[in-house]
Order: sequence, then structure tokens, then C-alpha cells
Amino acid sequence: MAKISMIVNGNPVNANVDPRTLLVQFLRENLRLTGTHVGCDTSQCGACVVHLDGKAVKSCTTLAVMADGHEVRTIEGLAADGAPLHPMQEAFREHHGLQCGFCTPGMIMTAVDLVHRKGHELSDEVIREELEGNLCRCTGYQNIVASISAGAKAMAKSDLA
Amino acid sequence: MYEFKYHRPETVRQAANLLVKNEDAKLIAGGHTLVPVMKQRLASPPHLVDLSHIEGLNGIEMKGRSLVIGATAKHAEVANSAIVGEAIPALAELAGMIGDPAVRHRGTIGGSLANNDPTADYPAAVLALDATIVTNKRRLKAEEYFQGLFTTALEADEIITKVMFPLPKKAAYVKFRNQASRYALVGVFVAKRPSDVRVAVTGAGSDGVFRVTSFEEALKKRFSHKVLDGLTVPADGLNSDLHGSAEYRAHLIGVLARRAVEAATAKG
Repeated sequence: MAKISMIVNGNPVNANVDPRTLLVQFLRENLRLTGTHVGCDTSQCGACVVHLDGKAVKSCTTLAVMADGHEVRTIEGLAADGAPLHPMQEAFREHHGLQCGFCTPGMIMTAVDLVHRKGHELSDEVIREELEGNLCRCTGYQNIVASISAGAKAMAKSDLA
Repeated sequence: MYEFKYHRPETVRQAANLLVKNEDAKLIAGGHTLVPVMKQRLASPPHLVDLSHIEGLNGIEMKGRSLVIGATAKHAEVANSAIVGEAIPALAELAGMIGDPAVRHRGTIGGSLANNDPTADYPAAVLALDATIVTNKRRLKAEEYFQGLFTTALEADEIITKVMFPLPKKAAYVKFRNQASRYALVGVFVAKRPSDVRVAVTGAGSDGVFRVTSFEEALKKRFSHKVLDGLTVPADGLNSDLHGSAEYRAHLIGVLARRAVEAATAKG
């Protein structure tokens, strides 16, 4: 077993885990943060995307021990419970950026990382390019792109990063 | 995934000692090849040695006339590095074409080269630019480093520490992606160097990355895509699979080499 400690959504977390535990398993099974999904489990689909030290990563391809000492943010960490949604979440609701919703947490975490890296004015081309690693089997992406474009702009006016 | 023991050395020396002490130990940096392979139980190393906590292993700097990239530099770091963008823009572009944004936040240059996947992008750049792979033991020229599918000159307790790229005059990388995996179905890296021209191909060879000397000789006389008109690559020794036949890959090599020369020329 390996002792690990990290900050998850702003809270310090300590645990003793089998080194083969994936970060996504640790988040879902140990911490019960089930907003992060396992889709393909082969690093293709992006349903498991979380932020590791502020950068989007696939938590199904990251060992929990490798996140030891680092900071993790999941979909649950975007806005406080009961508080208004994060602007990117709100944009997905407003623009109908989801149907079944399975890919949505990963889409939103990828989108927020994209805004952090490339700013608030994003062309559709850039958004589509950046969604390379996130698969949606329902929407055909049209409304996801519209949601991210609107969410990026809304984040400029929001206190939530 | 099978059980393993996890080690976290703080220096390259400690990491090398762990490799010596623990037979069949594997190094992990970003884990974006090794973890999937372990999940599929295609690999089951009893020990994992994590390089990600070794300080100074991910630096990017100019040293004399060479661009030096540390082994644990992530694809996103290389893609966004002002130093790389200035020195060898084609290399920054190549790094920005690997996988997807999340993969680029974890995968490393050293990991890619140690794995030597026949469809990976970095091997084409390393071979075309005649880079030197620096390990904890020695320096290896690209030509001696790559030894076939998933095979390199690295010994069991040898660790890549950095890669040194001599600066080319012009260079470009063009890849034709597999639409599902985004790996290179064929990728061609062209480098016009002070004394010669090199053309390296990834994705196509059944023995991994290779050079196209007939293209190189023609381009050395005149660096223009026009000199490649009429030149072809034989399909012998190229991969044939559900993604494309050997003949198709041979055709793509010619097309992509022309595009790469055009792109390199356009950059001035």
C-alpha cells in the first residue's frame, strides 16, 4: 500500500491505496466523487477528464500515487453545492450541450481548461480541435461547441474560474 | 492491472539503482503508454519506478547550437515552449499534434522515445534532425538508437535524461492521422540541415521509423518539392493492416514528403 495525500476540490485528502489504483477509481470509489465518469477506460473518450494542478488530464490513465502531493479538481469542484452553477455548466444547460449527459463532466472540465489556456474568445474551429480527446455519442457536437463558446465568454464576467 | 511495487526516486542515480536491484522494473513518467498497456495486462512489471519527481529532468534550453529537451518534458511543454518555437518550430508543431490536449499534459518525450512505437511522432523528428539521445550512461545517435518495433538500444538499467537536437536550416512535419487513434498512419519529417537533407518516416515502416535516402539525395541537390515528382517509395517493408495497405502508405509517403518540403520552404 502507498500513503498519498492531495488537495481535491480545495480539501486536503489522505489515504492509503494500492499503487495500482487509478486516479479515477480513487476519486469515485474512495472519495465518492462520482461526477467523474469512466467511459472507454482507454484514454480516448475523455469522460474521466479532471484537472491535475490546473491542467486537464485523463484520470483513467493516471495512477492515484502519481497525483500524490498535487492538486486535483473535479466537476464537483467547479461550483459549491447549492450555489449557482459555474458559467461553463450554465452554458451547457442554456445551450442544450448534452443529451444523456455521460460525457458532460469531461467535456466541461476540458472546456474550462481550454479557456484557461486560450482565453475567452474561442473560434468554433479551435473548440472543435481542442475537443479531440472528448467523445459524445448523442449530440453531434453542435451544441457542445455552442455551449463552450458561450461559456468561455461568460467566464470572463464570473468570479468562478 | 496486476499488482506492482511503486518507487519514487529523487535522482537519476537512485532510479538506475532501482532498475538494477529489481528485475523487470519499468520506468514511468507520464504513463500514457505504460498505464494503458498494464490495464490490458499486456505488461505486468512487478516494480514501477516513477521519474516524475526527479528535479531538472524536464528542462528545455539552448546549449550552443543545440536545442536540449529533458526526458520528462511533456508534449504540451514542448509545444508551448518559446525556446522550441524559436529554435525548431517544426518540433513544437509536432508535439502539439500528439494525441489530444489531456494526453499532451501527461505524455513525455523520453517516454515516447523509450517506447519507440512505430506510429509515434517523435521518432521521425529525432531521426530527421539527427538528434542525440543522452542517457545516464552514454550518448546515442538516432541512427543507432532506433532498432525496430518497440525496440531501442537502451539497456535494462539505462535511462534517457535528455535529447539534443542540432538546429536545422528548415524543417517541417506533416502527418496523416489515423482518424480513430490519432496516431500517424504516416508521418514525414523533413529537415534541411547545413550539410544535408534528411527525410524520416514514421507510421509506415514494419520495422519502425526509417529514412528515405532517394528523397534525401534529390532534395540535397535542390530543396524543392518539385524534385520529388516521379520519385516513389517501394511498398516492400511497409505496414499493411486494416487502416491501410502497404501501397497506400507508400503513396502517402510521397504526398506527405512533398507537403513537408513545401511547408518547410514556406517558413523561409
